Amino acid sequence: MVKEIERAGIPVVHVATVVPISLTVGANRIVPAIAIPYPLGNPKMDCTEEKKLRRALVEKSLRALETEIHEQTVFED
Amino acid sequence: MSKRRILHYLNQFFGQIGGEDKADISPMIKEGQVGPGMALNQGLKEVAEIVNTVICGDSYFNENLDEAKAAIQNYLDEVKPDLVIAGPAFNAGRYGMACGHVAEVAAEKGIPVITAMYEENPGVEIFAKYAYIIPTADSAAGMRKAVPAIINFVKKFIETDGEVGSPEAAGYFPRGIRKNFFAEKRGSLRAVEMLIRKLKTEEFKTEYPMPDFDRVAPNPPVADISKAKVALVTSGGIVPKGNPDRIESSSASKYGKYKLTDLLEFTEDNSETAHGGYDPVYANQDADRVVPLDVVKEMVGEGKIGTLHDYWYATVGNGTSVANAKKYAADITKDLVADGVEAVILTST
Repeated sequence: MVKEIERAGIPVVHVATVVPISLTVGANRIVPAIAIPYPLGNPKMDCTEEKKLRRALVEKSLRALETEIHEQTVFED
Repeated sequence: MSKRRILHYLNQFFGQIGGEDKADISPMIKEGQVGPGMALNQGLKEVAEIVNTVICGDSYFNENLDEAKAAIQNYLDEVKPDLVIAGPAFNAGRYGMACGHVAEVAAEKGIPVITAMYEENPGVEIFAKYAYIIPTADSAAGMRKAVPAIINFVKKFIETDGEVGSPEAAGYFPRGIRKNFFAEKRGSLRAVEMLIRKLKTEEFKTEYPMPDFDRVAPNPPVADISKAKVALVTSGGIVPKGNPDRIESSSASKYGKYKLTDLLEFTEDNSETAHGGYDPVYANQDADRVVPLDVVKEMVGEGKIGTLHDYWYATVGNGTSVANAKKYAADITKDLVADGVEAVILTST
């Protein structure tokens, strides 16, 4: 799906836990997520902490969308 | 020669530990055979024996790669098997990836690995060079065919001392390994014959298939996200409570388009996951963990994101065929383009 949306000219950031799969399906901007059942959360944290974590991931994703890249890029930090 | 000693790798489900709620268990080793290992062992009893079974949760393996691979390495050093069998994994993505990683670890130690998966399992493309991967159906309903196929292949592997022959002849996915052999006809003659067949529009078979890299070049970045229109898409199956479109928990036959203008965030009262390929407890409690609606709305309010497209799109990426995923994405994209969406956050579980 990432590839088809990208093909239409819209930049996509793929937030995914299993980065090798994301690379194989052809995502270009990849942000590694937390865990498979909760990519953008962590039920072990309290609500405020968890939301902070999610916000950090969303901010990283937005930065990825604003970053010029020339090949598949995993945004680690 | 004495019976070959086989180590068998299974996930938590086929290892009879449990379902998705046990997908986070760390690796363990058992004596003898478990689950599909019983039938494999029975079929192989003349030539081989499954001496140990290693079981690991699919989520654990993919989320803790280093630890999981280290554990596999230790088990291989302890057991010193002659052969490893992994799976079959059918179209289970995480399971296929785990089988592939097991194969990679074993291959480094020179231990041959035989596994079985559906052709679209990501494990095939990534790990084919480390293992003989036998094609299976896309679901465990294909177990009855997969087991004898593995048995026959292992027998052949043992009989031929690993010289099973080409992928087409022996029935496994091409591994990208070249073997020298003497052809009956010289290369120039074969090339001309092939060309003549091609000119006559007859069937011909290339000796060197070009790899099919269907890559899309990255689009230019968004100049200023605080002025851009953003959309949310997920393969993690987040749908309104009650799953109004009845999106299937695996091999989804559709995607959903849902209005988000009246929502500030996801809660356990307004949403749930339809996805059957991961433990749904956490997403059902708070689907923002899969589609970050709360944070994105907040950031729109703060002026840090321009605007948000009025709908989110969801399908279930569990065993969904590539052809279907493409079709859904084409429809979704039409919508996004029509509405002037400039960037997409796509989340996957």
